[in-house]
Amino acid sequence: MKFGVVVFPGSNCDADCYHVIKDVMQEEVNYIWHQEANLKDYDALILPGGFSYGDYLRTGAIAKFSPVMSSVISFAEHGGLVIGICNGFQILLEAGLLPGAMLRNQSLQFICKPVYLKVKNSDSPFTKQIPEGQLLKIPIAHGEGNYFCDEKTLEELQSEKRVLFTYCGPNGEENEEYNPNGSIANIAGIINRQRNVLGMMPHPERCSESILGGKDGQIIFASMVKWLEEAGKR
Amino acid sequence: MKKLSYKDMGLLEEEYAQIQEIMGREPNYIELGMFAVMWSEHCGYKNSRPLLKGFPTKGSQVILGPGENAGVVDIEDGQALVFKIESHNHPSAIEPYQGAATGVGGIVRDIFTMGARPIASLNSLRFGELDDARVRQLFSGVVAGIAGYGNCLGIPTVGGEVYFNPAYKGNPLVNAMCVGLVNSNEIALAVANEAGSPIMIVGARTGRDGIHGATFASEELSASSAEKRPSVQVGDPFMEKLLIEACLELIKEDLVDGMQDLGAAGLTSSIAETASKKGRGVEVDVLRVPRREQGMSPYEVMLSESQERMLIVPRAGKEGRITEIFDKWGLDAVVIGKVTGDGIFKVCEGDKVVGEVPVASLTDGCPVYIREGEEPPYYQECRSFDPNSLPELEAQQTLGKLLASPNIASKKWVFAQYDHQVMTNTAIVPGDGDAAVLRIKGYAKGVAMTTDCNGRLVYLDPYQGGILAVCEAARNLACVGARPLALTNCLNFGNPEKPQIYWQMQNAIKGMADAASVLNTPVVSGNVSLYNETAGGAIFPTPVVGMVGFLPDVKQRSDMAFKNEGDIIVLLGRLRSELGGSEYLYVCHGVESGAVPTADLEEEKNLIELLLILTANSIIESAHDISDGGLAVTLAESSIKGKVGFNVNINLDSARTDGILFSEAPGRAVVSLQAEKLMELQANAQKLGIKTTVLGTVLGQDMLYHVNNKQVISLKVAEADRIWGEAIECFMK
Repeated sequence: MKFGVVVFPGSNCDADCYHVIKDVMQEEVNYIWHQEANLKDYDALILPGGFSYGDYLRTGAIAKFSPVMSSVISFAEHGGLVIGICNGFQILLEAGLLPGAMLRNQSLQFICKPVYLKVKNSDSPFTKQIPEGQLLKIPIAHGEGNYFCDEKTLEELQSEKRVLFTYCGPNGEENEEYNPNGSIANIAGIINRQRNVLGMMPHPERCSESILGGKDGQIIFASMVKWLEEAGKR
Repeated sequence: MKKLSYKDMGLLEEEYAQIQEIMGREPNYIELGMFAVMWSEHCGYKNSRPLLKGFPTKGSQVILGPGENAGVVDIEDGQALVFKIESHNHPSAIEPYQGAATGVGGIVRDIFTMGARPIASLNSLRFGELDDARVRQLFSGVVAGIAGYGNCLGIPTVGGEVYFNPAYKGNPLVNAMCVGLVNSNEIALAVANEAGSPIMIVGARTGRDGIHGATFASEELSASSAEKRPSVQVGDPFMEKLLIEACLELIKEDLVDGMQDLGAAGLTSSIAETASKKGRGVEVDVLRVPRREQGMSPYEVMLSESQERMLIVPRAGKEGRITEIFDKWGLDAVVIGKVTGDGIFKVCEGDKVVGEVPVASLTDGCPVYIREGEEPPYYQECRSFDPNSLPELEAQQTLGKLLASPNIASKKWVFAQYDHQVMTNTAIVPGDGDAAVLRIKGYAKGVAMTTDCNGRLVYLDPYQGGILAVCEAARNLACVGARPLALTNCLNFGNPEKPQIYWQMQNAIKGMADAASVLNTPVVSGNVSLYNETAGGAIFPTPVVGMVGFLPDVKQRSDMAFKNEGDIIVLLGRLRSELGGSEYLYVCHGVESGAVPTADLEEEKNLIELLLILTANSIIESAHDISDGGLAVTLAESSIKGKVGFNVNINLDSARTDGILFSEAPGRAVVSLQAEKLMELQANAQKLGIKTTVLGTVLGQDMLYHVNNKQVISLKVAEADRIWGEAIECFMK
């Protein structure tokens, strides 16, 4: 199977994602420059974190106009796996692949720290290896991760079990105290209706090796690999 | 723009006469401006150069010492670390966010200019005290600026220090360090080898920002300094990120002969420095320099300090490929002139020659001042002050006060705003160990880095203080298991024209040099920031040490957290009780005085060797050196980080309890280990002549301190964590 890491000008977690897929998961992976349009060789795409175009407008707002994005949208529509991490999540929102928007963190400060996530649904390509309710310890690093959507969208997300991860405490407490950025309903990651596009603010690529203090992030990539294998992509 | 006189530009009368003599005529306005910025302290080091000669700069680990944009040390396997620290004090005092942001931008450029991939940033910061609203504004602005710029670049900010003291109230210190990784055979230099080569400028367009920034950095801050706000540059981290990627592509394809960033004194300085190394000249046409403003004069173009610009001397015939790479990244690369063989810096505006100066007169021709130092009266006064003349305070309350002192309290409020994990190499994150540790992908090895300087100690005793800054940095590296390799320094002092300030410089530098020699940590790069004074006087002399170290196996790294109940806690080094210059005297008695405890350099060296053996052989579970707050705080921090208590008893009947608990005397560290490893530890310590004392055990959820068998402190770990963890946040809410 083949992964692609999309590189926008200003992406800065591209090499980290590439490293995890290649050296930790030992799968084939390529960088995809934002001006490329041909994605037919790929089975899964990663939109990495960073500050695409400096995030000088709204986060992700300019990146959505990159030539690669129309191909990403059609790739997703045809069922390809797409995971957007941090800035990648913000770009997926701007591109309309996922609903909602990002606001600045409630504290108005950039926050870099490990947080606990609760896995809300195992029935997805990204969580199929993780029992529902399990906690993952994964770092966040963002200034605009305060997820917001209208009530109707929130109801849909929840009733369709499209909230994959919520922020919580070390004992699974899903409350304001353990909401690092003010996200509505403690939302940390959501999927689309077809369940093949995930956006999440925390960085699983930063905790996929024990030397970095934990391997909880690896399970998400392992789930993707497993799902692709079962879909006959090896 | 109003015409400035040579005095307005910061030149002395005798310097102006010297310029007339070099030129054989009156310099015109452009030429005068070029001399003024190149002969400023910031660019020319005219007050500090003779003193800097005392630093040791050589060692088998050193690939490149001072003289380039940054120093380079070997880390085996054909790889090297490139690193340097630099100040951005004056801009940050006026405009904290942009001042700090562009400080990061500048030091990062120094690193990738050498062909190295920047892999980590650190920051050494000093402010007044946090009960002052203006100080809080400066502090939050500086931290936000560092975060805003560094996070966007995707370079992890992995360490540093922050101190608060009234001495820095009007003149905060913002020193930024960057560390890069390079293949030793790909190091790029700021040099123009061949006459006839074109010179290219790339990156941001040139504007009017930052003109005479280097001059501004070389004078005291005053009430009118706010008027210099136009001298503060504005940063564009996105542009810098593109520059990093594009320039490193040029290096990978071996397309450049020389590369230099544009920093202080802009085009003038980067061209002069690049040309001077091989005695070349240069001809540059200001009309070809891309601009962001209309109507700029040649003077403004040559002196602009607009950020995110690079100068490139291509290898013969490679301009085309270079332009292609910059095109890919959406950057302009423009040929603005050529290297010549005559040693003259010729500035043209189209066909018209508007300035002509010998290159060497701008660089090597900068005047040098050897001044006379004078011992200030406070020095002997403070040395003879006896801390035992003060009443002894209750230990439990004292520990609480120290843990809540912003100088000791957790710096979480700061480093949580910095992305410290991007690049996925950070193996010890800020706050968890005595130094930051990074793995090197593809290898077992790792590297460590730290910045250190206790300005109060340097003030009280510049020679000892200089020694202690180097020792603490080396000890911090050893505590995480890294062999100290080499150092960079940022020498922050007041006005060197004042004999008592010059005396501080002389002695602090001598102390650092002596310690660096014994510990085999040569000085490979650095920066000098003088004139750090306001109406309130000079700052504490603050020669910040940035040091890097090497771990053969990064898995063996050691952090400061106690690990397992039942582990033995051992003090390495002597039991000491001197309190001179301690945070305890300051926080609890309001006194900044006393004789500074001295370091025994041989003992420091052996302690470092011991710590390296203990970590490399997995003998210890944790290591934390004794510094601010003394033994009591060291134990508390290991306990807080490990979320587990301890019970210790310290026997030393010749001293007062406050001295035993809160002395910051050097040469000491606290380690924890499994009981069965104790004999191995003691045998190694004995071989190196380091004294060991078993203090107690890791245990329960309380921190229990006994001195001479009497309990003096009992504090819940969770309570200590709350006091220590929330102190700075409380000020900033």
